Amino acid sequence: MPTPTPHDDRVHSEEFLHTLMRRQLKLSIACAASFLLALLGLPLLNYFAPALMATRVFGFTLSWLVLGVLFFPAVWSISWYFIRRSIALEDDEVKSVKR
Amino acid sequence: MPTTIAFLNGVDPWIFSFSFVTVAATIWMGFRSAKTSKTASDFFVAGRSVSVGWNASAISGEYLSAASFMGVAGMVMSSGYDALWYPVCYACGYLFLLLFIAGPLRRFGAYTIPDFAEGRYDSPVFRKIAVCFVLFIGFFYTMPQMKGAGTVLAYIFPGMPYWGGVVLVGVVITLNVALGGMKGITLVQAFQYWIKLFAITVPVFVLMAVFGLYNGHVSANTPAGAPAGLERKALVEKAPKDDKWVAPFGPLTTKAVNAAAAALPAEERPAYLAEHQKPYSLLYTYSLIIALVCGTAGLPHILVRFYTNPDGVAAKRTTMWVMILIGVFYVFPPVFGVIGRNLMPELYTGLAGIKGTDQVVLKLPTLLSEKYGVLGSILSGITCAGAFAAFMSTFSGLLVSMTGALAHDVYGRMLRPGANQAERLVAFKFAAVLIGGVAIALGCFVEPLEINFMVGQAFAIAAASYFPLLFMSVWWRGMTMKGAATGMLSGGLCALVAAALTNFSTLALDKGPMGKVFAGFAPLNAFWAQHPLLRILCEQPAIWTVPLSIGLMVVVSKATAASVPGDIRMKMLVLHAPEDLGLKQEYIQEHQGGTGH
Repeated sequence: MPTPTPHDDRVHSEEFLHTLMRRQLKLSIACAASFLLALLGLPLLNYFAPALMATRVFGFTLSWLVLGVLFFPAVWSISWYFIRRSIALEDDEVKSVKR
Repeated sequence: MPTTIAFLNGVDPWIFSFSFVTVAATIWMGFRSAKTSKTASDFFVAGRSVSVGWNASAISGEYLSAASFMGVAGMVMSSGYDALWYPVCYACGYLFLLLFIAGPLRRFGAYTIPDFAEGRYDSPVFRKIAVCFVLFIGFFYTMPQMKGAGTVLAYIFPGMPYWGGVVLVGVVITLNVALGGMKGITLVQAFQYWIKLFAITVPVFVLMAVFGLYNGHVSANTPAGAPAGLERKALVEKAPKDDKWVAPFGPLTTKAVNAAAAALPAEERPAYLAEHQKPYSLLYTYSLIIALVCGTAGLPHILVRFYTNPDGVAAKRTTMWVMILIGVFYVFPPVFGVIGRNLMPELYTGLAGIKGTDQVVLKLPTLLSEKYGVLGSILSGITCAGAFAAFMSTFSGLLVSMTGALAHDVYGRMLRPGANQAERLVAFKFAAVLIGGVAIALGCFVEPLEINFMVGQAFAIAAASYFPLLFMSVWWRGMTMKGAATGMLSGGLCALVAAALTNFSTLALDKGPMGKVFAGFAPLNAFWAQHPLLRILCEQPAIWTVPLSIGLMVVVSKATAASVPGDIRMKMLVLHAPEDLGLKQEYIQEHQGGTGH
């Protein structure tokens, strides 16, 4: 069991849990939305703008280049941003309680 | 040339030695780390002390299975653009895991997913349901790995029976896991990730240097044609046409509609295809994306690894590195598929054993032998070593997670809750041998089935069962045990039945012995031809099973709101509060010998 701390009241308040979950969830949903936009948008582009997606870029079709190569770094940057923000949020929460 | 004859008749010395070194190194590393694995926690969660770098390599090593190493290249070769969704979603599914599940799950501090299921809802019944799903998904996922082992060994040693490879690889890995547990395989799997990356990248770069670049080979399939200097062999009859292959909505996603059109009178076909082909194909694509992305975030053998992180922040960092390591890997298998289409079209005709195009990763490097002699054999040996690493590491990960479920959840929690440390270790070893034996036996029977068929089923079931369970349990306080169990069971079982129906009907068309076994399902094919939409929804069920599962969870939980666990606020705090606040309490604690909180 955790040892009781003087901040227990604050930590165990309904309000604290609510803010905690809401802030993290908001960040997660924002990141997920940008990912889903790309993931679910690409088939739509293929469907409605096949000529555009068949444009040749460096020998690839545009669609092939996006899915086969560019998608990976895009997802890495989303995850990198998420980790930075998420860890900053946690530090912030710890500070606000221990103050 | 005498060496060519030796290659055709017997074992290629290079291929053999590279594969042998990989297996020998695996056994040696397993034995070495077995000496340092002593406590139950070492066996189940590697002492919760695996650093981010090691853990990320180990998770990646575990995740990149035979289906990724050989199957993705083969599928890109046979189906073209649409198959690219597989590597992309295999890699990007981790983003969902990172955003919603990784950190909170680790903070809860359980050993296995059934631990989490029980602890979150204070319900031993739910543990049993969760254990069943771990074993279920696990066995579905081990079968394709065993198939990979059998076929690759048959490729290396011409004349070796399929079951020989299955038994050999199965026994080696079972021993490794039984002796070293989780701590033992962490090192081995991390090492195997780097073997696989090396084995896929080096041959690709050499092939591209000799035969032309990736973009040039893709370009050869567009109206623009191949760039100067890039030669291409004529396609065989069975290969899909260039325009269908390089563009979205190709042979993979339009199969059902094409079959339906073939059943119509010839004059109605063009109109029917024009109306239905692309919309149904889009639906198929979306359903595939949902299955792969949600399924990745719900595979028990991957999830169990998150408990080996020291804390929630490390769990998040690990996930990010896994995405980078896996993403780098997944850029390369499609290159094999594309070059294979242009230079080895004879694989489309298919042979017994490995499905024709699935061999492209192993066989393509031998093209270099014509120009550079032994270099082709060396590179083919390297890709064989990579294939070995692929099914060995995935199988050992699955074995640990299933053994954990059996030894920890069934023995340690249900049968003998009072068992001491030593008894629990014996139980782990016994369970490892038992599950390894069952997996080997199952593996011997699946030779006629496709690797991707079985992997796809495991993903579809995980997407509709574990993913909704974890996602909702972590973020919604109002979930009750009844809601969670209803949603997970209905979603998982619907996905299973739907996928099984499609596959049985496909097997009924098989000309070998399997066709006779499943002959009863043959009328289903006539039904599919009349209802292509239903066929797509059964073949790729995620688009309706995942919402069904989540919907049922919400509805049933609302109806049984009175049974929300009393200390739900504390549970949520443990899941979401940063460790620095001192709230963390490992659900399973070492000194208590696993008796829980």
